[in-house]
Amino acid sequence: MEDVNKVLEETKKINDEYNYLNTIIEKPIQRKKEGKLSNYYITFKDAICVKGVHSRAGSSILEGYYPLFNATVVEKCLDEGAILLGKTTQDTFGFGSFNINTNLNIPKHPLDKSRVTGGSSGGSCGFTKKVKFKHISLGESTGGSMANPSSLCGVFSLTPTYGLVSRYGLMDYANSMDKIGPIANSMKEIAIMLEVISGNDEKDSTSLNSNKNNICRDYSKQIGVSLKGMRVGILKESFNDSIDEGIKNSMKKCIDILKSVDVECEEISLPFSLKYGIPTYYIIATSEASTNLARYCGIRYGAYLPLEGNFNEYFSKVRSTNFHPEAKRRIILGTFVRMATQRDAYYLKAAKIRTKIIEEYKEIFKKYDVILSPAMPIVAPKFDEVDKLTPLQSYMMDIFTVSPNLAGVPHLTVPFWESNNLPVGLMFIADHLKENNLIRIGSYLEGMDKN
Amino acid sequence: MEVNEDFVKHIAKVARLELSEEEVKSFVPQLKEILEMFSVIDECDVENVQPSFQPISGEGKLREDIVGECLLQEDVLSLTPHKKDSYFKGPRII
Repeated sequence: MEDVNKVLEETKKINDEYNYLNTIIEKPIQRKKEGKLSNYYITFKDAICVKGVHSRAGSSILEGYYPLFNATVVEKCLDEGAILLGKTTQDTFGFGSFNINTNLNIPKHPLDKSRVTGGSSGGSCGFTKKVKFKHISLGESTGGSMANPSSLCGVFSLTPTYGLVSRYGLMDYANSMDKIGPIANSMKEIAIMLEVISGNDEKDSTSLNSNKNNICRDYSKQIGVSLKGMRVGILKESFNDSIDEGIKNSMKKCIDILKSVDVECEEISLPFSLKYGIPTYYIIATSEASTNLARYCGIRYGAYLPLEGNFNEYFSKVRSTNFHPEAKRRIILGTFVRMATQRDAYYLKAAKIRTKIIEEYKEIFKKYDVILSPAMPIVAPKFDEVDKLTPLQSYMMDIFTVSPNLAGVPHLTVPFWESNNLPVGLMFIADHLKENNLIRIGSYLEGMDKN
Repeated sequence: MEVNEDFVKHIAKVARLELSEEEVKSFVPQLKEILEMFSVIDECDVENVQPSFQPISGEGKLREDIVGECLLQEDVLSLTPHKKDSYFKGPRII
């Protein structure tokens, strides 16, 4: 086991240079020594509540908030011997693709500090890439917030089926899409962590019942299982002109490897999801976010001001002072699309389109075990390049990730080759509760790009 | 509905946000661009399609209404300076 003082020293040194943590736990928390996560240091995205540890979801509106309880995933980690190390930087409440939308710390890319980590779980991915000790991070995805930064930073991430992992103690972005999942440097760690955190939780009414759904959670037993007979649908749009050339080359190399072990690879298309995914996602996500953020009013916890003016004036002042501009933008969008005069045209229509997106995935999974596409159309951009993008241009970067998140299907990011010396992440998507297929294929490909 | 400064100010007020003039000015073209992108959904026919408010149907199971361990009043109130006796203290209503 690594010496805790050395771990803290390394953590602080990295953090001083790269801004991966909003809070370092000065006396790392451990409940017991034995378990599946024995000797593992765990970091949590800032939006995951850890009892007594400053938890702000990347927003100063939660300045001074020290939760009185642990999220279920934190409890499960503690029960398996984990050591809690800190809270990782993120876009405010998950609102971003590059982890620059926060009024707390902005993380830098682990291989080139002039570049972004991707977002919104940027701190979790950057820190995972950089540390040398035994470590796993828990991130969160609503529309691609694990696939995106893990792709740009070159680490593994698994966004589970919606409802497989309890959301209790996760600060909400969009309840119908939020999912907690593992970020790590190996598939074995991904599988073990998923075994630990998955399972029904009566504190989360959207949590799936493992028995009723016949969920087999022996994920680590899938490591190294043969891919023989597996059918992979290759997303045709992965090779569009707008996709980085190096990413397309990684895709081609991956397909060659899969074919060499008799995996059936055929071209597929998701025209409906790719056309309607981004507007549908942003309508639903901002609708849900604008109601969720109504709770932050400067009275019960978090940031506050002297009690002056009437309640409308006070709430408006606290919120305006502390919400990041991207949070304000999303609250305004979500409030607009939920207004009585607009609701049917936007929110309700988007919910119906979501049904058709789910159906499009279900149709593909009748014939294929997994879908392969890039996680992102680009490799990690520089800060000054991202600064020039309009909000809409940033939203468009989520082209490959929003639809699986709308459909609630699990997806895995595998670092695979490089483009211009920067990591490339390939994304495998499986049907609901078919995480086993993802672990099998991810573990087979792990390290193949180094041979 | 035309997206202009009055539109942004109105929605912000409804959402309990006070925006600076600079924020209002920058939001107008940004929101215009985003709402235009949203309008793509007008092309989609969803007649007879049921909406999905969740991607996978969970149990939707509620806990039994049994008293269990809960947070202590003094702990909850320790998170804010705005309190009096054993209550939260809020801004005036009128």
